[in-house]
Amino acid sequence: MNSIAIVGGVLVLATAYGLWDRKRTGRINEKIDSRHLVNPSEIGSELGESATILQFSSAFCTPCRATRSTLSSVVSHYPKIKHVEVDAESNLDLVRRLDIRQTPTTLFLNSDGREIARAVGAPKRQQVINALERI
Amino acid sequence: MIDARGPRWSAGLTSIVLIVALITRSPIIIILQLVQFGIAAFAGPPNSPYAWLYKNLVQPRLSKNFESEPVRPVQFAQLVGFIFASLATIGALSHVWLLFTIATSFALFAAFLNSAFGYCLGCKMYLLGVRFRSV
Repeated sequence: MNSIAIVGGVLVLATAYGLWDRKRTGRINEKIDSRHLVNPSEIGSELGESATILQFSSAFCTPCRATRSTLSSVVSHYPKIKHVEVDAESNLDLVRRLDIRQTPTTLFLNSDGREIARAVGAPKRQQVINALERI
Repeated sequence: MIDARGPRWSAGLTSIVLIVALITRSPIIIILQLVQFGIAAFAGPPNSPYAWLYKNLVQPRLSKNFESEPVRPVQFAQLVGFIFASLATIGALSHVWLLFTIATSFALFAAFLNSAFGYCLGCKMYLLGVRFRSV
């Protein structure tokens, strides 16, 4: 009886957490406390003329691939916006400075390289388009 | 690249096995699951017994069109499962049932999330682990 209650409790907690995480993942957050500045030399690439979408990925991340294809296909419609993907593990100093905690994390940078929004988890296509329209 | 449905099916089977282990407190069952985790973590998920079951019993009945995904995130999650199942096995063999229950519950939590929500454990844990390890 006791162990059945434990199993039930674990399944309820996991379901609640899974639903919460699903709702939150990929949401583009424009209320950022610290406004980080990214230097082109830190990401090994020039910044986009009007904006840069900086994606942090890792080898142990399934949705990073989907995020890459979403972002590169959206960006192909905006000639002045650039999509740059960096490997989080080989850029740990940058990861710590920008407080990247999981992959994929996507930063939206303005033309100066200043962070104006970020999405933790795979963002949806329409969310990305909406964010770009506001930049 | 592997069939993305395989790991989710395996995680479902893992959840069932872990539920049975929690209820019966059977060392044999948790050891069998430990062996499954160990083979998947160290020899690769496609070489594990659950993957064999999936390929021979389940995949032939499913659609031939499927999404594929990289194998390394799956393998990382199996390593996390292996660590929890090791603790659970130590608990079961030494009759420290609190250790057994907590470790098995954590493994069930992760396996259920993976199966029901496609949760990517490597995305959330790997980068934090690297950041922590090399501070």
